[in-house]
Amino acid sequence: MSRKMRQRISQLGLVCTLLLVLLGAGDDSARFVDLGHRLMCACGCHQILLECNHVGCSYSDRMRAELVAAVDRGDNDDLTLQSFVQKYGPTVLAAPTKTGFDRVAWIAPYAALVLGLGLVTFIVRAWRSRPLLLPADAPVPVHGTELEQFRQQARKETEV
Amino acid sequence: MSQIGSFALLLALALSAYSFLAGLIALVRERDASSARLSETARRAGIAAFAVVFLAAFVLVVAAFQNDFSIAYIFHHSNRDLPAPYKFATLWSGQEGSLLFWSLLLSAYGLVLRLRYKTDVRLFAYASVIIAAVQIFFLLLLNFAANPFGVMQGSLPADGNGLNPLLQYPEMVIHPPMLYLGYVGFTVPFAFALAALAMRYPGEKWIHITRRWTMVTWGFLTCGIFLGAHWAYSVLGWGGYWGWDPVENASLMPWLTGTAFLHSVMMQEKRGMLKTWNMWLIFATFGLSIFGTFLTRSGVVSSVHAFAQSSIGDWFVTFLALIFATCVFFYVKNRSHLRSEHKLESLVSRESSFLFNNLLFVVACFTVLWGTLFPVLSEWVQGNKVTVGPPFFNRVNIPVALLLLVLTAVGPLLAWRRTSVESLRRNFFWPAMGALGIGILLLILGFRPWKDASYFYSLMTITLSVLVGLTVISEFVRGGRVIGRHTGQNLFASMLQLAHRNTRRYGGYIVHFGVIVIMIGFAGSAFNQDKEQEMGFGDKMTIGSYTLVCRSYTQDDNPNYGSEWAVMDVFQGGKQVGTLYPERRFYKASQQTSTMPRVRSTAKEDLYLVYEGQNQDTGRPIIKAHLNPLVMWIWTGVWLMIAGTVVALIPNAAPVRVPVPARLQAEPVGAGD
Repeated sequence: MSRKMRQRISQLGLVCTLLLVLLGAGDDSARFVDLGHRLMCACGCHQILLECNHVGCSYSDRMRAELVAAVDRGDNDDLTLQSFVQKYGPTVLAAPTKTGFDRVAWIAPYAALVLGLGLVTFIVRAWRSRPLLLPADAPVPVHGTELEQFRQQARKETEV
Repeated sequence: MSQIGSFALLLALALSAYSFLAGLIALVRERDASSARLSETARRAGIAAFAVVFLAAFVLVVAAFQNDFSIAYIFHHSNRDLPAPYKFATLWSGQEGSLLFWSLLLSAYGLVLRLRYKTDVRLFAYASVIIAAVQIFFLLLLNFAANPFGVMQGSLPADGNGLNPLLQYPEMVIHPPMLYLGYVGFTVPFAFALAALAMRYPGEKWIHITRRWTMVTWGFLTCGIFLGAHWAYSVLGWGGYWGWDPVENASLMPWLTGTAFLHSVMMQEKRGMLKTWNMWLIFATFGLSIFGTFLTRSGVVSSVHAFAQSSIGDWFVTFLALIFATCVFFYVKNRSHLRSEHKLESLVSRESSFLFNNLLFVVACFTVLWGTLFPVLSEWVQGNKVTVGPPFFNRVNIPVALLLLVLTAVGPLLAWRRTSVESLRRNFFWPAMGALGIGILLLILGFRPWKDASYFYSLMTITLSVLVGLTVISEFVRGGRVIGRHTGQNLFASMLQLAHRNTRRYGGYIVHFGVIVIMIGFAGSAFNQDKEQEMGFGDKMTIGSYTLVCRSYTQDDNPNYGSEWAVMDVFQGGKQVGTLYPERRFYKASQQTSTMPRVRSTAKEDLYLVYEGQNQDTGRPIIKAHLNPLVMWIWTGVWLMIAGTVVALIPNAAPVRVPVPARLQAEPVGAGD
């Protein structure tokens, strides 16, 4: 690849990244919705904070107000979530964090997928590479009842 | 009344124990002359057990209708003013009753199996013994740990506590039976699989026998899961239909492995492959059904379905351990019987697509199981619980679901044994172009997948769903054209005949079509909106293209509950398109409140209104409006899935003998599965 070409690709990558960052930058209400869906209501209803619909739930109203205040203050996502964890405990987060043992929760499903894909690919290749269990002499044409048996087998396998 | 019920349960236990022991002895002493007679008595005891369990369930329902509050279960789950359909639903609305209902369904499945024993006397005798063993477990629970006929101590209460308000909804009369028919039904294929392994059953006939059982069971479980989703949507009032709650997950896990089994079992039927895998898949499916029941009743994980927590978890753990040990024992003993008859010939083949399909279903199941149990694991390792909620499940499962969609598109185009790349390209080109066109059209129409991951997934889901839909349609059209050439029928009639000639395959395609319609419905959730507002007389709220005007708000009362509700006129484009009455109820017997959301549903979107409550200062109602795109597609897709399952259960039409050269006969029209 020529130097000019590499430069062009780098420039294109930079433009794309900037475009994504600019387009992805959310306003306060979008942040509130996003963060509100990453938190659980602490009242014990096991619902996402913004989906808790318990009438008169003292927790969800208070927590929403705290979230609005944090967003208005300009606290970043981590700081906001941490303040909720400090106040309501780790179960207030709707999903495990990506630190410490919690990381295992995220890794295991992908690891299972990758491991499984590798395993199936290996099995397929291993099965394919096995020699066919044919007699040493070349196959001979079949006739009559034997041919009908093969037809029956083909019908069974293809249901024509 | 309670004595009749208790006696019936004891008698059912004795009959099931006899059915198990006599059946087992008859199988062990198969060569004895008397074994056939002993086996027959075991079969009849199993049939009698159904009658007695039915009597017990009947007594409980009668007790509910007679307001017999001397029975503790009736006191806790019914009351005098409960409407009749819900009194009937009392049978499965609590722990003990639902276990009795489970036992009733199992004995009903056992009854059908034992009446059809002439299909294969020996195999059915083995399966009957296994079903009797499972029945014994549930009857032991009912007799000694969760007796629904326990009596109240002290003076008789005048009225009962009433049914949980959330369960007082028409779908709750059919959702649990459907779900239980699914859960319990997997006992039958499990019993046949274990029987076939234990007796080293020759050939694949047991799979043919159990195929219908498995499909029917799977169909019931599918109905049960989506009825539950629809109930959650219509009653819980949070605007969603799936919250990844442990109880929901418990129903999804056996569905995932059961779906994998329905696919991979075809490899065993057609090619004599994956015998061990299929055996363990059905063992796992049954085990997960029992595990799901354990999860919902043991209190080991936190759930919104907290109504059924108790201490019977240990019983289930023991039973699960016994199941596992039995499966391992027979597998180790007879594993040589499960050797594959054929080898895989090509990576580009139907066989390999089934392998990858199974992998994805199993990974999805593992992910759900992992996420459900991780809080317990975390508490054990770190000493503190964490929440594993929708953000986790959505993030890890959506990529797997998208991969499954890719396979659903490609798989049907692949032939058994091997497929040429040329043929794949030929069959795949136009569907791929069509899907790509739809993807581009969506981008032009305003999809911005780079703005948010949910938009990206939504775009991918719709595009891949279109791809699957087009491949399904192309399969129908391609096959229909060939049949039309031979018979001179028009395309539609030819496609009907095609489907009738191989109902399983084309029924399966209809199920796939239903799945993609559902997936498109799920994709709509990326664009959900909601708004909450206090609404006085004449106040307006705008959401999406709708304007809501509060015409009135009022209260009502009946013997069962009191209610507050608002009258909301719905306008679209300046024209009134309807009126919705969101409501909040207060149930007197249970002293609990419940919301009754009201929905205006169209193919484009659902307008979903919730009466959140009243502002105590102003007395005005607080209304929450959700705008949920494409939700109707989900329920439509479920109907398609049910229709496809029914088609797949219809026997094939006799193959048409066309006197054409062998080369033409081999043309893959309606071929295979």
